[in-house]
Amino acid sequence: MTDTNRNILYFVLVGLLILSTGVLYSWNTALFVLNFGLISAVMSLGVNLQWGFAGLFNVGIMGFVALGGLATVLVSMPATPGAWSAGGVGVIGGLLMGAATVVAAVVLYAKMQAGRMRGLAIFALLVVGFFVYRSVFDPAVARIEAVDPAFLGYLGGLNLPVVVAWPVGGLLAAAVAWMIGKTALGLRSDYLAIATLGISEIIIAVMKNEDWMARGVKNVVGLPRPAPYEIDLQNDAGFVETAASFGLDPVTASTLWVKVIYAGLFSVVLIVLFILAQRALHSPWGRMMRAIRDNEFAAEAMGKHVTARHLQVFVLGSAVCGIAGAMMTTLDGQLTPGTYQPLRFTFLIWVMVIVGGSGNNLGAVLGGFLIWWLWVMVEPMGNALMYYVTYFMPDGSGLKEHLLDSTAHMRLLTMGLVLLLVLRFSPRGLIPEK
Amino acid sequence: MDFLNALVAFANFVFIPATAYGAQLALGALGVTLIYGILRFSNFAHGDTMAFGAMVTILFTWLFQSWGISLGPLPTALLALPFGILGCMALVLFTDRVVYKFYREQKAKPVILVIVSLGVMFIMNGLVRFIIGPNDQRFADGERFIISVREFKALTGLKEGLAFKTTQGITIVTAIIVVIALFWFLNRTRTGKSMRAYSDNEDLALLSGINPEKVVMITWLIVAALATIAGTLYGLDKSFKPFIYLQLLLPVFASAIVGGLGSPVGAIAGGFVIAFSEVMITYAWKKVATYVVPEAWAPDSLVQLLSTDYKFAVSFVILIIVLLFRPTGLFAGKSV
Repeated sequence: MTDTNRNILYFVLVGLLILSTGVLYSWNTALFVLNFGLISAVMSLGVNLQWGFAGLFNVGIMGFVALGGLATVLVSMPATPGAWSAGGVGVIGGLLMGAATVVAAVVLYAKMQAGRMRGLAIFALLVVGFFVYRSVFDPAVARIEAVDPAFLGYLGGLNLPVVVAWPVGGLLAAAVAWMIGKTALGLRSDYLAIATLGISEIIIAVMKNEDWMARGVKNVVGLPRPAPYEIDLQNDAGFVETAASFGLDPVTASTLWVKVIYAGLFSVVLIVLFILAQRALHSPWGRMMRAIRDNEFAAEAMGKHVTARHLQVFVLGSAVCGIAGAMMTTLDGQLTPGTYQPLRFTFLIWVMVIVGGSGNNLGAVLGGFLIWWLWVMVEPMGNALMYYVTYFMPDGSGLKEHLLDSTAHMRLLTMGLVLLLVLRFSPRGLIPEK
Repeated sequence: MDFLNALVAFANFVFIPATAYGAQLALGALGVTLIYGILRFSNFAHGDTMAFGAMVTILFTWLFQSWGISLGPLPTALLALPFGILGCMALVLFTDRVVYKFYREQKAKPVILVIVSLGVMFIMNGLVRFIIGPNDQRFADGERFIISVREFKALTGLKEGLAFKTTQGITIVTAIIVVIALFWFLNRTRTGKSMRAYSDNEDLALLSGINPEKVVMITWLIVAALATIAGTLYGLDKSFKPFIYLQLLLPVFASAIVGGLGSPVGAIAGGFVIAFSEVMITYAWKKVATYVVPEAWAPDSLVQLLSTDYKFAVSFVILIIVLLFRPTGLFAGKSV
């Protein structure tokens, strides 16, 4: 069987899995799996850029995904009336002052002679800067959060179409990735892992606590949608008629149709990014990246600037994750910082890339769909399994109840097992790099 | 101005909690650093190894409690601890045999081992949730305080009270004993010396007839013991929740790196550096400040540098600063 045939077979199989979900469970579930599968595929394309092309180990995907989500709020929500005048200037001024302090410290470090004086000067500057920043920033935040705190209490956004947020999410993630890459790249590979793990936790902490930005754990709900609302469709006589001609009742038809629109939008993004990634992989740039990945020293000896190239690809990959994050928040229709968990948003994406085939874009996309399907379906399958395992146990026994309750944790076990098995027996993934 | 009360407030809210937390981090970081020194990879499953060891300890604690066995004023968990260590050792050795050994023989790159440890982390995390569930578990019993606030006030007549929890005392004492035992082992025994030799120079160690498989096995056994002790102490002192241990990974790694990966002394120093910075930067100093400055200057605000939710940011910033200025850590660790 040729490679192409095998790849087609894989994708057909995954398609059949999703279709069978539709037939056996419901078409809503199937479309849900498809939509999140599309988003997961975009994320794993981004991680594949970093890991597959360049061998960079990023365990902070969650942070970049969350930044994309934040961008959705900042771009698409209407500005809160009164919040900008209450504290907009103070917040922006405070943040600028904080940034200026850091820049001044860096300048001092570069300009002054090494020694005790420099240390003292920088320390004094940072302390003074910190208190000035807090004295400007804190009152402004308090004023903003006082604006209708039950429903608003944040600055709001730019009131632009939500699709604009997708590239903006990418830019936001890229900016943070640049800062992290600048410090951690060029050090040992493990350090990048720890640094990204840390920054992702901090991004989540900031999003949970800075209520003026996106309401923190109070969540922003009711984000604008690129698709029509179900209720509008149900009231639309033309739509009800079309639905009836397919033999569907208007409620089901409207939920399905909305999901189909999302799927269409996400597919466009995925296809564009896939083509770009594929072009990059087969360009001289892609060859250089792989050369660096396979032997940094040889590449450096050939005059390639390894750290700069690493920074470049790290920023690009994180930007793709940011775009996916914005898409996901758009699909959810709300930003809930409390729900970001590293197992779901970082490590799961890693399983996707490795199972699919690191270094191969097609593999990453396949892994995204397949592992997402597994992630969703493990729970009902686990429930069914446990039902049969405990079938002959007496009702009301503690063990039986415990086993039935714990199927929710089957996901982690299964994902870990899949990852270890693939790494051991097929380390290059389902669709290996050529 | 009342320095004595200020000192007591400082000890009560900063010094004692930070010391206990630092001891827990140091024990965790010692495990990470040993794995790094001998097996040469960053073990992401370490947080969940701690959780697993603590879980086995908790199960035995419950068993002993149901049998009515207790240690009087001390928590029963201390009695269960050896069993927890044995359980954790069994799991870790099994993991090494089934998972890590293959990659060691292949001489896989460290980053592959890191990814493998991610898989192990998934499985251990799932296992812990599967067995004990994702919720908070309380298993501390015995006397709650060595000195309670009321006793302290009655004893000294000061306005400010000082509480010294049993769990904090146990944490500190246990950590000291464990660290002394570990250093005695590493510096005085033949096996410990062969471990250090293997860590310093693998090829030379192999040439002098050191059995690498034995070194690796001993390392895992020690790491399992350290992880279980750290996990149990943390669970006793705060509370046991599987998900918390995943979050502990960051401060633990920060401690190990700040001290210098591969250096046991560094891991201990790093643990206390991280713990004290976390507590001091997120503590609201209002109380202490009110005692120290003249009354007219007493602060209105909390005098808190950062809210406690940002404690991860503290360990992270310290980590970044150390990485930028001293990439090998305070006690020059190794860089592979």
